[in-house]
Amino acid sequence: MTDYIVPLILFLTAAAALGRRENAYDHMLRGASQGLELLISIVPSLILLMTAVYMLQASGAMGMLSSILSPVFSLFGIPPETAPLVLVRPISGSAALAVGADLMARYGVDSPVGRTAAVMLGSTETTFYTISVYFGAAGIRKTRYAIPTALFADFVGFLTASWTVRVFYP
Amino acid sequence: MVMSWIWTGMVLASILCALIGGSGGALAAAALQGAQAGVGLAISMAGAICLWSGVGKLMEAVGITDRLSRLTRPILGRVFPSTRSDPALARNLSANVCANLLGLGNAATPMGIQAAKRMRRGDTATGELCRLVVLNTASIQLIPTNVAAVRSALGCQRPFDILLPVWITSFLSAGLGVAAAWMLERTGRK
Repeated sequence: MTDYIVPLILFLTAAAALGRRENAYDHMLRGASQGLELLISIVPSLILLMTAVYMLQASGAMGMLSSILSPVFSLFGIPPETAPLVLVRPISGSAALAVGADLMARYGVDSPVGRTAAVMLGSTETTFYTISVYFGAAGIRKTRYAIPTALFADFVGFLTASWTVRVFYP
Repeated sequence: MVMSWIWTGMVLASILCALIGGSGGALAAAALQGAQAGVGLAISMAGAICLWSGVGKLMEAVGITDRLSRLTRPILGRVFPSTRSDPALARNLSANVCANLLGLGNAATPMGIQAAKRMRRGDTATGELCRLVVLNTASIQLIPTNVAAVRSALGCQRPFDILLPVWITSFLSAGLGVAAAWMLERTGRK
């Protein structure tokens, strides 16, 4: 089933655009060049953060962090190897991408750790960034329960990511 | 400024750990390899990111966002009651949610900010504003394009076969997050 989702999305959106007499190809071209701009804007931070992530890995700091947090993570059924990703995810999107890509490369994209990292990345957001953008724009000073609730939602996401991967890919 | 502290902290931590574990010899090489890996990752993700941005633009042009908005309105009316008396707010909100669903982050944020400004009552966050923020911090993206790009960059044959876990996880975290916000709002009022 999921094999055909992507090809069908590609076809159906283009067909729908043609049906509306829209220049489908032109829209896609413009979007693709915007994508390239987006990519270029994240490359510098990706390079800097991958440098730091590789240093942490080579020094053994990642391993230490994982083994320190391992009892807590195991208690909730989250793979301890994902500890660096869980810690950095709410703070920085590009750091999370760097750490997540490193986990997938190191343990294998289709390994349990690699899959859990992918699901975590795909189903959570950069919480603190989003909060500061929204409350900043709306001029809110008293955020009440918004931050703890958002972090609770992240926590639910990390738990569910670990559990669903374990159920779907035993 | 936060990132400066984090980055410096990461480098310091790796130096300290290398000193303890005696793995200092690998550290300099790792730094350069990491920088190179950043470039490699970006290049191998480029194709997928450009393709999906193109499709996203096309979806906007076709009006899929508008149609999705109409579908999501009844649910949004329940979570955000004031959308019923404020059609402009309803439009902004559903555009925000739909752009999020389609993974059009650039389109979602301005709409969400418009909605947040309309919801604002003084400098204290209202219940609805808190729910809006929680909904936006819990990703509800249907097609995780960036992650799929990383996966295929790393040689994965089926980069999208994580869709089902991603949907379940997104739905649960967003749903429970909003539910928790709702409960805290109720208990706070009493």
